[in-house]
Amino acid sequence: MCGIVGIYLKTKKFEKNLGKMLSGMLNNMESRGPDSAGFAIYKNSDKKEYKYSLCINNLDFTKFKKDISKKIRNLKLNQYSDHIIVKTPEIPKKFIKFINKEFPEVSIVGYGRSIEIFKQVGNPKDVVKKFNLENFSGTHGIGHTRMATESAITTDGSHPYSTGEDECLVHNGSLSNHNNLRRELKKKGNTFTSENDTEVAAGYVSNSLANNNSLKNTLVSGLKDLDGFYTFIAGTRKGFAVVRDEIACKPAVIAETKNYVAIASEFQAMAHLPDVNNAKIFEPEPGIVYSWGN
Amino acid sequence: MKLDLKKLKLRKVNEQLQSIDRKINDRNFTIINPEGNHAVCAGLTEELNINIKGHVGYYCAGMNQKANITIEGNVGTGVAENMMSGKVHVKGNASQSAGATAHGGLLIIDGDASSRCGISMKGVDIVVKGSVGHMSGFMSQAGNLVVCGDAGEALGDSLYETNIYIKGKVKSLGADCVEKKMDKKHIKKLNLLLQGANIKNQKAESFKRYGSAKKLYNFKIDNISNY
Repeated sequence: MCGIVGIYLKTKKFEKNLGKMLSGMLNNMESRGPDSAGFAIYKNSDKKEYKYSLCINNLDFTKFKKDISKKIRNLKLNQYSDHIIVKTPEIPKKFIKFINKEFPEVSIVGYGRSIEIFKQVGNPKDVVKKFNLENFSGTHGIGHTRMATESAITTDGSHPYSTGEDECLVHNGSLSNHNNLRRELKKKGNTFTSENDTEVAAGYVSNSLANNNSLKNTLVSGLKDLDGFYTFIAGTRKGFAVVRDEIACKPAVIAETKNYVAIASEFQAMAHLPDVNNAKIFEPEPGIVYSWGN
Repeated sequence: MKLDLKKLKLRKVNEQLQSIDRKINDRNFTIINPEGNHAVCAGLTEELNINIKGHVGYYCAGMNQKANITIEGNVGTGVAENMMSGKVHVKGNASQSAGATAHGGLLIIDGDASSRCGISMKGVDIVVKGSVGHMSGFMSQAGNLVVCGDAGEALGDSLYETNIYIKGKVKSLGADCVEKKMDKKHIKKLNLLLQGANIKNQKAESFKRYGSAKKLYNFKIDNISNY
């Protein structure tokens, strides 16, 4: 099953409430995905620094802080339970290599100038609380509640998947050609950390974006290349896009007001949003890409 | 009587509506704050008038018998699925599989219905004032599906005895679904259906009728070599 949610703010009115709005949406999607949950929050980007979202798993934070500070001087760390947001001018290629080598037990959940990603196994309500999502502000956010089908219930198996700078993807559904596609993408230089089908879709999107295709065109070509059932929300620094496969068994509903666009698997996820009863509410049509901000 | 789903549990509300004492005359209910809940008013068996103020989730008014249910909002998947009798009126849009497998009664949708509207319908009358999505009327067996707007791909695929009336464009017809002649009896029936849904600006003569070519009813012996 799985539940997916997203919110894109068209004006600044609700920027401070973004976390609160998104946490309500995730909490209401518990019934669709009680195994794990995760979310990505986009904030205004800092041109000088990169942000790396790390999950330190069982590592002790104080020790990690001490160890990493010895090797990299220019960095700031913010702890959210077992996730750490590292802010540093170090470029991704170098920093990711460094983390993988020096801290093999640490997972890199995502990175970019604007994105922060948190995901963990457990009931969505607990996950949301653990990372204090309610206190986050930002311009747009994407979330996922997981009912595992394709791979094990682990942090690596949770969504959102981020396979490129400031990119992320959440998925309700399952892909049937992910093994083939993974092999093809590996040949093109993509790396994967799990056996999960959604990570392959995220890799597909990253690969296409890296080749200077627009997000919209990427998802349009994905309709041919990705075989299976899906509703995707793909996020970038500027906004997000939504697409459903042409059979459209996997649900989605969009509510648009003058201040925001919200998308969710079910309306009940957004019933608490401000002024939602006066919103323009519609279902995204099968095989049509809808995008905001991009 | 007003029932507030913000204060009352959904199961309590449904239980109350499912076990109405036959001797009671107060049969009018208003449900407020449905907030996208699933299975609101499912399994009702008595003559009740229910007005739901807001958007609901999946399977609203499922298995309905006798009750007259109006939803002042949008509905999720499978509204009035397996309805036996009564009337369900959606004032907004409906998600997929509206009226699925329904045996009887009347389902009116003021807005659009998405894919698979009337899938496997078995006798219900469905009137959609807007358009319907792909695979509508799939394997439909009996009853009438009326669409004042357009129909998506593969309309009426593998259908049996359902009559489908479409005013607008049909993107494509499904297997074994063909356009059929509108006889006097069809125009009469369609007029009654339009009247029943309080549609005054549409003429029955301007609709096209679709039904089964009945080529899938029996196995064709000429195809034996394919198996």
